[in-house]
Amino acid sequence: MTVTEPRASVGTPVARIDGEAKVLGLAKYAYEQVVDNPAFLHPVQATVARGRVTGFDSSAAEALEGVLLVLSHLNAPALADTSDQEYAVLQSPGVAFRGQIIGAVVAESPETARHAAELVRVTYDQHPHDTELREDHPDLYEPGQVNPSYPADTDDGGVDQALAAAEFVVDHRYTTPMEHNNPMEPHACTALWQDGPRLTLHDSTQSVHGVRTRLSGILGLDPEAIRVVSPYVGGGFGSKGMPHAHNVLVVLAAQLLPGRPVKLVLTRQQMFTLVGYRTPTLQRVRLGADAQGRITAVSHEAVEQTSRIKEFAEQTTVGTRSMYAGDARRTTHRLVALDVAVPSWMRAPGEAPGMFGLESAMDELAETVGLDPVELRVRNDPATDPETGLPWSSRHLVECLHEGAARFGWDLRRAPGSRREGDWLVGLGMASSTYPAYLMPGNTASVSYGGHGHYSVRIGAADIGTGSWTALTQIAADALGMPFDHVHLEIGDTQLPRATVEGGSAGLASHGSAILLAGQRFRVEHGDAPEAGATTEATTEPPGEPAYATHSYGAQFVEARVNVDTGEVRVPRMVGVFSCGRIVNPRTARSQLIGGMVWGLSMALHEKSVVDHALGHVVTHDLADYHVLSHADIGDIDVTWLDEEDPHANPLGAKGIGEIGITGTAAAVASAVHNATGRRIRDLPITPDKLLLP
Amino acid sequence: MKPFTYEQVLDPAEAVARVTGSPEAVYVAGGTNLVDHLKLGVATPDVLVDVSRLPLDEVEGLEDGGLRIGAAVRNADLAAHAAVRRGYPVLAQALLAGASGQIRNVATTGGNLLQRTRCVYFQDVTTPCNKREPGSGCPAREGFQRSAAVLGASEHCVATHPSDMAVALAALDAVVVVLGTDGERRVPMSDFHRLPGDRPELDTTLAQGELVTAVELPALPDASRSAYRKVRDRASYAFALVSVAAVLDASGGTVHDVRIALGGVAHKPWRASVAEERLRGGPATEEAFRAAAEAELAAAVPLDGNAFKVPMAVNTITATLRNLAGGSR
Repeated sequence: MTVTEPRASVGTPVARIDGEAKVLGLAKYAYEQVVDNPAFLHPVQATVARGRVTGFDSSAAEALEGVLLVLSHLNAPALADTSDQEYAVLQSPGVAFRGQIIGAVVAESPETARHAAELVRVTYDQHPHDTELREDHPDLYEPGQVNPSYPADTDDGGVDQALAAAEFVVDHRYTTPMEHNNPMEPHACTALWQDGPRLTLHDSTQSVHGVRTRLSGILGLDPEAIRVVSPYVGGGFGSKGMPHAHNVLVVLAAQLLPGRPVKLVLTRQQMFTLVGYRTPTLQRVRLGADAQGRITAVSHEAVEQTSRIKEFAEQTTVGTRSMYAGDARRTTHRLVALDVAVPSWMRAPGEAPGMFGLESAMDELAETVGLDPVELRVRNDPATDPETGLPWSSRHLVECLHEGAARFGWDLRRAPGSRREGDWLVGLGMASSTYPAYLMPGNTASVSYGGHGHYSVRIGAADIGTGSWTALTQIAADALGMPFDHVHLEIGDTQLPRATVEGGSAGLASHGSAILLAGQRFRVEHGDAPEAGATTEATTEPPGEPAYATHSYGAQFVEARVNVDTGEVRVPRMVGVFSCGRIVNPRTARSQLIGGMVWGLSMALHEKSVVDHALGHVVTHDLADYHVLSHADIGDIDVTWLDEEDPHANPLGAKGIGEIGITGTAAAVASAVHNATGRRIRDLPITPDKLLLP
Repeated sequence: MKPFTYEQVLDPAEAVARVTGSPEAVYVAGGTNLVDHLKLGVATPDVLVDVSRLPLDEVEGLEDGGLRIGAAVRNADLAAHAAVRRGYPVLAQALLAGASGQIRNVATTGGNLLQRTRCVYFQDVTTPCNKREPGSGCPAREGFQRSAAVLGASEHCVATHPSDMAVALAALDAVVVVLGTDGERRVPMSDFHRLPGDRPELDTTLAQGELVTAVELPALPDASRSAYRKVRDRASYAFALVSVAAVLDASGGTVHDVRIALGGVAHKPWRASVAEERLRGGPATEEAFRAAAEAELAAAVPLDGNAFKVPMAVNTITATLRNLAGGSR
């Protein structure tokens, strides 16, 4: 694969073209799309964790003025396909988790709908439930594969022997809690059902075509009969990567109110039940090393949960398969299906929790061997991919480690517990980051010449706040050899050519490759002086068998301060150095990498969804009780990247930056806290109670 | 959310007359807590009586050197008031430790005192809660306990009072001025909030319809220093795990007077009178501070999920007094 040569626009810090509209409040998000005469929907949710609805008394709700429709399993239209139980909304009286949708009210105003929903009286036949993930759960099983399509287990053989023979061994358990995506913009969807039938959705989604494809199967509608529009998305982080039950609910309501747009926006509390979350993980990591700190054995086992009605198997230990050297390696995933909401994608599924376990164990191994943690990683940088044996498309972890150590002042690190400033213990820590570079096939882009030097570029991609509007325009401009402002991009609509999900850190590479191909082909077909109206469409081919292992890498360094009296942790500064191939837009890339590290810090110190196992639901279901970082928690964050391009990743030479920033961060924080206090915190989040000195 | 009507009143007596005897009517000022409760179904009034425009928004000096704070004074304004910053740093610090800038801009002095617990069960009408629905039970005792009380709780309720400001007021021996249909009465802070006992639904000793009109602060002795230390899971916009408001008058190595109140540990701002008693007249040393703090927390009855609050409170009391005494270890 040859990386095409640029480039006037790619690599320059172009300001967001949607920035002004967003700042002025003119960019219309899903709920703000103007529709005629909307009705408003509010869901009714189960208040038991498992059982059956035996009575659904909506008389008081229906008596309210302004109520148009009360929906339940008693009157909901039948769906064509209920094989995916997450989407089998109102198809039976069964309750599989607390908070599951069991009804809805549609009214002339959102206030009336919400009030009426509260007036619905539901009785249940309640069954015993189990919502607690345990390492010794009797129902643990090996999933057929883990997300998206990796084998659940790998075993090179010889791990136990290698551990037994190792000079140094670490063997520890690490846990990460249930976490929720919590994008700022709540999930919102407006559905209009018209004769034909035709269905129009204004949705907040990372994938308009993905929503259309899934809904067409569930509803038994021709995909061409469904239009999904989503020009602006206020964050998704995976929770908007696929439709969820609320999308089906609003469509069912619209089907009963043809011609009337039905609007739904979830409350923050509802988002803790209905739109996915990160599974809690129970991890055991064993590492064996020889006298020089060369790793000889790697074992990473993860236990996770899924929902009784749908399997989502997070790929927690996949990162461990190719991260460091070592001949003997075993990774496993075990799941248990509980009476819980359906887990799903959340920024860096797999690597985010898994790298906490692996990188924490690396920190512990460094201490055990008596090596600097940076040096341990340098010493175990593998020449080829330990999992596949393939050569690296590019691997610059060692450069990241050295560059980060220099920028951070790693040489100032002292022995654990030995640096105190006033009432604060100070420590420095670090960890590595990694994320695979995916390239999703089957993206189509079209390029049209509008005359007067102006081009339209169309693809059903999404901008979830990351800067895709801008970066894709830059790629198109260079592909056509035109100035940036001569290219008009259209995204976020199924009427545009088909695109894959803006997820897996693969949006820019996947969508950008299609745009690049279309632009180049346009010039071949129409030359440099095209007729107005000239159009070219191009679709990217599926890649063949991989010849290279393709991942991004990074190194993160953290200073942590721990109060000697209270155990409070503050992080005044962080340094991240990344190797992600070509950076298309340094301005938005910097924001995205900072955002990843901020979230990694939030994961390290705060985020935890607390389930009350007696009641069966997340009780910390708002932003007062589910803590994400506040501004006051964020100090100086220094983000940089290596100036490079990956010639084998894709024609853009870019590897994606959406997720790598959150991987390894929590381990780096835990490493710094250990260096400050001498205490090893293996269970996230690192809250003050865990650090109170005895 | 149940529909309600909204009324504005311009005279305190008129407000009291409107609400007294009409339990379906409630006062609203900043609304930072009540509006949440309306949305969540925790509060279901028929009438909101807006008292935010009553002429109660002044901070005035009193003849004895104290301060009178109108109930409608906004938290942000009170925190920035020169007399508060100069004379009662513990109060300014407590206010600024609470909520966010936006919330402080609308939250009022009276409303802050009347905040209700942020216990997750109280705020979720699909779960039992003795405070919200007497007799329904208390899932917090077996469930999410991180915010729960360790002092003065009952089998019926382990909720904590969320206010920072009220903790400072407790340490300052503030007096709450209350207007009822029979006229004004003055309630010391220590008697204003109550422990849950077997009536957890009652947060305060206010009678139905009584209106908080002001808070009065007595003058502090010139030699005293005061501070508020809030320990929380994140650096801003989080309720206290433990907080300490302290006023210390110490010189020559001796504690002449000390007042300590704790937040995050009880159904009300917890005045640490056991610790105060032990400290008065004794040495102003870290050892003495710690021994007094441990004596205060000896009465604690922690649950599994909040047991950390006991050592955290001891440490935070000790550290706050240590810093006020001017010494560092």
